[in-house]
Amino acid sequence: MKYIDEYRDAEGARSYAAALAKITTRPWTIMEICGGQTHTIVRYGLDELLPPTITLVHGPGCPVCVTPVELIEKAIQIAARGEVIFCSFGDMLRVPGLNRDLLSVKATGGDVRIVYSPLDALQIARDNPGKQVVFFAVGFETTAPANAMAVFQAKRQGITNFSLLVSHVLVPPAMEAILSSPRNLVRGFLAAGHVCTVMGYTEYEPIARNYHVPIVVTGFEPLDILQGITMCVRQLEEGRSEVENQYTRSVRREGNRPAQDLIREVFEITPRRWRGIGEIAASGLKLTAPYAEFDAEARFGLANQHIDESPECRSGLILQGILKPFECAAFGARCTPEHPLGATMVSSEGACAAYYRYRRDQRATTAAIGEGEDR
Amino acid sequence: MCLAVPGKILSISGDDPLTRTGRVSFGGIIKEVNLACVPEASVDDYVIVHVGFAISTLDEKEAEQVFEYLREIGELEQLEDKTPGCTEQA
Amino acid sequence: MKRDAEFMPSCPIPITEYPHVLMAHGGGGRLMHQLIEKVFLSSFDNPILATRHDSATINPGGSRLAFTTDSYVVQPLFFPGGDIGTLAINGTVNDLAMSGARPLFLSAAFIIEEGFSMESLWRIAQSMRKAASEARVELVTGDTKVVDHGKGDGVFVNTAGIGRIEHSLVIAPSSVRPGDSILLSGDIGRHGIAVMAAREGLAFETTIESDCAPLADLVIQLLEAGIEIHCLRDLTRGGLASALVEIVEDTRYCIHLNESVIPIHEDVQGACEILGLDPLYVANEGRFVCILPKADAQRALHLMRSHSIGAEAVVAGDVTDGSPGRVTMTSRIGVERIVDMLSGEQLPRIC
Repeated sequence: MKYIDEYRDAEGARSYAAALAKITTRPWTIMEICGGQTHTIVRYGLDELLPPTITLVHGPGCPVCVTPVELIEKAIQIAARGEVIFCSFGDMLRVPGLNRDLLSVKATGGDVRIVYSPLDALQIARDNPGKQVVFFAVGFETTAPANAMAVFQAKRQGITNFSLLVSHVLVPPAMEAILSSPRNLVRGFLAAGHVCTVMGYTEYEPIARNYHVPIVVTGFEPLDILQGITMCVRQLEEGRSEVENQYTRSVRREGNRPAQDLIREVFEITPRRWRGIGEIAASGLKLTAPYAEFDAEARFGLANQHIDESPECRSGLILQGILKPFECAAFGARCTPEHPLGATMVSSEGACAAYYRYRRDQRATTAAIGEGEDR
Repeated sequence: MCLAVPGKILSISGDDPLTRTGRVSFGGIIKEVNLACVPEASVDDYVIVHVGFAISTLDEKEAEQVFEYLREIGELEQLEDKTPGCTEQA
Repeated sequence: MKRDAEFMPSCPIPITEYPHVLMAHGGGGRLMHQLIEKVFLSSFDNPILATRHDSATINPGGSRLAFTTDSYVVQPLFFPGGDIGTLAINGTVNDLAMSGARPLFLSAAFIIEEGFSMESLWRIAQSMRKAASEARVELVTGDTKVVDHGKGDGVFVNTAGIGRIEHSLVIAPSSVRPGDSILLSGDIGRHGIAVMAAREGLAFETTIESDCAPLADLVIQLLEAGIEIHCLRDLTRGGLASALVEIVEDTRYCIHLNESVIPIHEDVQGACEILGLDPLYVANEGRFVCILPKADAQRALHLMRSHSIGAEAVVAGDVTDGSPGRVTMTSRIGVERIVDMLSGEQLPRIC
């Protein structure tokens, strides 16, 4: 396939690996905050192509993993109602709430459907006027224009049996939260290329400046990621801390203006709780007042409940890049994809699931290198 | 996030910019894609598509950049006289 | 180091028990295997069942027969390239073929939902007639039941089959040896994508047709040419990855795959890309892997490529002495990674 296969070229990968080996003279820890990039890195084994002095950590880039368990529980309660058709992306279906997941709601008779696009959910609402159609709007900024469009069209076309259960999160506040933690080891970032396709990358410029970290906007194919890492390491080696764009075939500095206008019309910024991290100010999206009638939480009037979580799962530390999956005592033993203890093992983009599927045998040798870090 | 895939626009329909859609081919599979966010896109352009929405028009000139960069650093390494492995402790 | 109170690790109460059967229990992955082990194999334990092969080899009165059964619940019932009837005949024929048997006789049982269109039922029956004729099997017995409206899914079909084993090989995972080559009969992922294209919520325009086809003829040709086949497995639900994991799991050996040689058509790849599916796990209905001694590989490959359903056959990998019971793959980038079974159905994703 054009514009995909050429970026999966083995020789190109080897050449980038060789270049990286030459330019890297010191240990560096680099974080990517994007489930799609995590997936590519682990699926193709890219971290094995890097010199051992480079440590790649996977940040909270999986919107599935960071959706608070209370919201999953609300989703489950809504989906279980007889008058509801609950629509979701496939990613959310196996994430556990209190004691079951959306897939088991389906098993006990709930009408839970996987859709490709939020507009498919809107069509289901048009086709089923007697039902309440709820769409689980999970995602980072990339998915916000599509979710915004669904609500925008619903309002314009008077489709009142449609609502959104919103769990949108934003990347830059998460990046700042990680950087401001005293435990932070991360020296450089790969920023998510599709988030930046929508939002541009001006928001990252103050972060790079204030925290002295290079940030490279990076794509998703193996060669994109290898180039992004190379650009980041070059900055680190040269003592620079700028925002650079690797993914130039899709990302422009100002991003996609029509998409941003659509988002601004329908959504506004709000504080959000991130599972495993806690509340981060101004890190989420909620529906604006003119569209508040489409908010499923309000429509179904569900009470907020606090859910106590077991301490064995280390998802939080893994999402912040402080721990690698195989450093968790439960990894591969009490915690597997069949018996997940946390979202990072359930979600196909979760760091733990990715490691389990592709790299189960890896042990802690890479982790040991991180300890010699300069600060 | 975020699975977005490049596809080629085969045809465009709709006058209202917000509901303008295109038939986009992904290696031969065709899906109806909303083009509201890429008003500049036309037939034969490649667009990057996420959950049924085009979020950007692929810049075909920039697509080569990944390989040009590799060539550049390759040439740089040949020009430099640097001995790899010389480090200073931070 | 001081613990920062605002960053608290958290996770949910684990789900370890499934008091209700889930869709994933039928998905061809780990959960299905757990269900089969815990509920059925433990209840019906006997040496023939314990071989856990697609069809059972039985020896009544000295003749060597293969015996198998399969049920078909596909939705939608009609999809590009076939329907539930085509699957019902070919699926069972192929299970017999995987023992190297010559398929001879089939039974067919129908569970039909009240209200189902008679014309659709006729179409299905004609598909079965055509498929049976191509596979050179006879449908010799059957059963028909009708259930209340809402208690079926249009129609469910079960077929059972008997075939004659005309060779003296043991074609089973136990015959696999390190050094063996692994042949894959053709491109992957077509059936799963063809079916998905017709489903609401995931639909797309395509000319992809299911690869549903009978495999027995090619297998018999290989056997008659004297190829010493060690193991055969047709790829169905769960795709190439699941088929190989199933084979190697109970052996002391390792299967190693080479990703860059595995054939996949561009439109199938396109569909997998937009839905976020890994083609290694997408269903097929007319493809198989053949594990055989390396010395026989080129001759077998040549035979396969001369046959209509093996035209794109490749040597996909080999059997090694490495990590026992594992499948590994050298990715296109050149790095080795584990290939495991998924725990349930592979779901489309946006991440």
